[in-house]
Amino acid sequence: MTVKTISTPLTKDIVSSLDCGDTVLLSGTVYTARDAAHTRMIESIKQDKPLPFSIENAIIYYVGPTPAKPGQVIGSAGPTTSGRMDIFTPDLISAGLSGMIGKGVRSAEVIDAMCTYGAIYFGALGGAGALLSQCIVSSEVVAYDDLGTEAIRKLEVKNMPLTVIIDSKGNNLYINGRNEYIGAVKEGVQCRRKG
Amino acid sequence: MRQLQAEIITDAVRNMCIEANCILPDDVRKCIVDCHQKENWTSAKESLGKLIENYEIAEREHMPICQDTGVVCVFVEVGQDVHVMGDLNEAINEGVRQGYSEGYLRMSVVADPLRRVNTNDNTPAMIHYDVIPGDKLEITVAPKGFGSENMSKSAMLKPSEGIEGVKRFVLQTVEDAGANPCPPIVVGVGIGGTFDKVALLAKKALMQPLDEINSDPFYAGFEDGLLDSINSFGIGPQGFGGKTTALAVKVLTMPTHIAGLPVAVNLNCHVARHVSRII
Repeated sequence: MTVKTISTPLTKDIVSSLDCGDTVLLSGTVYTARDAAHTRMIESIKQDKPLPFSIENAIIYYVGPTPAKPGQVIGSAGPTTSGRMDIFTPDLISAGLSGMIGKGVRSAEVIDAMCTYGAIYFGALGGAGALLSQCIVSSEVVAYDDLGTEAIRKLEVKNMPLTVIIDSKGNNLYINGRNEYIGAVKEGVQCRRKG
Repeated sequence: MRQLQAEIITDAVRNMCIEANCILPDDVRKCIVDCHQKENWTSAKESLGKLIENYEIAEREHMPICQDTGVVCVFVEVGQDVHVMGDLNEAINEGVRQGYSEGYLRMSVVADPLRRVNTNDNTPAMIHYDVIPGDKLEITVAPKGFGSENMSKSAMLKPSEGIEGVKRFVLQTVEDAGANPCPPIVVGVGIGGTFDKVALLAKKALMQPLDEINSDPFYAGFEDGLLDSINSFGIGPQGFGGKTTALAVKVLTMPTHIAGLPVAVNLNCHVARHVSRII
């Protein structure tokens, strides 16, 4: 299995070099945002107000971390279900967002926007917040502090392990990975996938 | 009548909230390790290996296994010969308040479902009481994440739909949930009772030890059949393909009306947290 090592910003060149099913180690800056922060960002776009961070070639991580204990950078920080953000996402992609990190299925509208503007949907391991916290080297609230865990945080990550779930051609690992497994079981082939 | 100070209950709930969020129960670990050994799809096996690494880090660093430290579901079996000195509901909520603040756990509860302002102390807990004989009080604390809760469903089937109808509903619920509830999942199924009781049965089913076989051979076979069907779907860990879509299926039933067949499916993720104490 090839592991692709990438750094932010997530330029269109990097976007087009990534394929569904790729394992990626990501380093650089990502911004956290989930339900409440998305509502506020979309309000800003509607009112022609600036977003709290530069969205061009940016990556949003759908996460609401647990509080950091003394001496920790951040608490547990795994992905939340991305689908709740689907209604807001096409507007952010058309504004320049080029990457999202989460878990779970995305809507046809989101995938269309990803193909039109060039964006990647990465999966982080759901329910592995302790493990994922280990690759976060700094965390700073940059907007909506009143939202607590839902505030926008600027995270610096180092070698964050991700999987490309949906690439900018619309290929989807939730469909392809499952079909590949079922196909292999039917053929009686096992231990095969990118082994 | 045995007298019990409310503060003792607060202390117990506080400690259980922290323990439940940081230490995965042994039966769940055993099941994940077992599935990891049996999984023969390479990427799925790797994912399961990382889940093991994750709960080991959580225990070692004493940090939450998952960042969604949930809404706290509390099941209390109150012996009828126990007299709690003080406000029992408040004692439990104070335990949650202390546990979530002192344990650095996430505050995930909003005071009103539409106006959505965070209570900032993760209260109120969702408390269920059963009165039982004796002078003991058994408390189960089960923090419940909403990635899996959101994919849960209930239905009022017709009696004529029978066992096949229940199977179809359970399997469709798991299929529709796909990757969203963080597979591998635990599937809690309630059958019977009334509209309200069946959902509670499904939630209580999630508290059953995963390594315990249903004492009713009919339902033991039913659970096994459902687990086999679910694990032939190919959803796999993370939804990226593989055998291990579910760790276990647990069924609880109760009597119901001649005209009805209520069914509820409560999904839980692989971080199937619950701790019990007898006081």
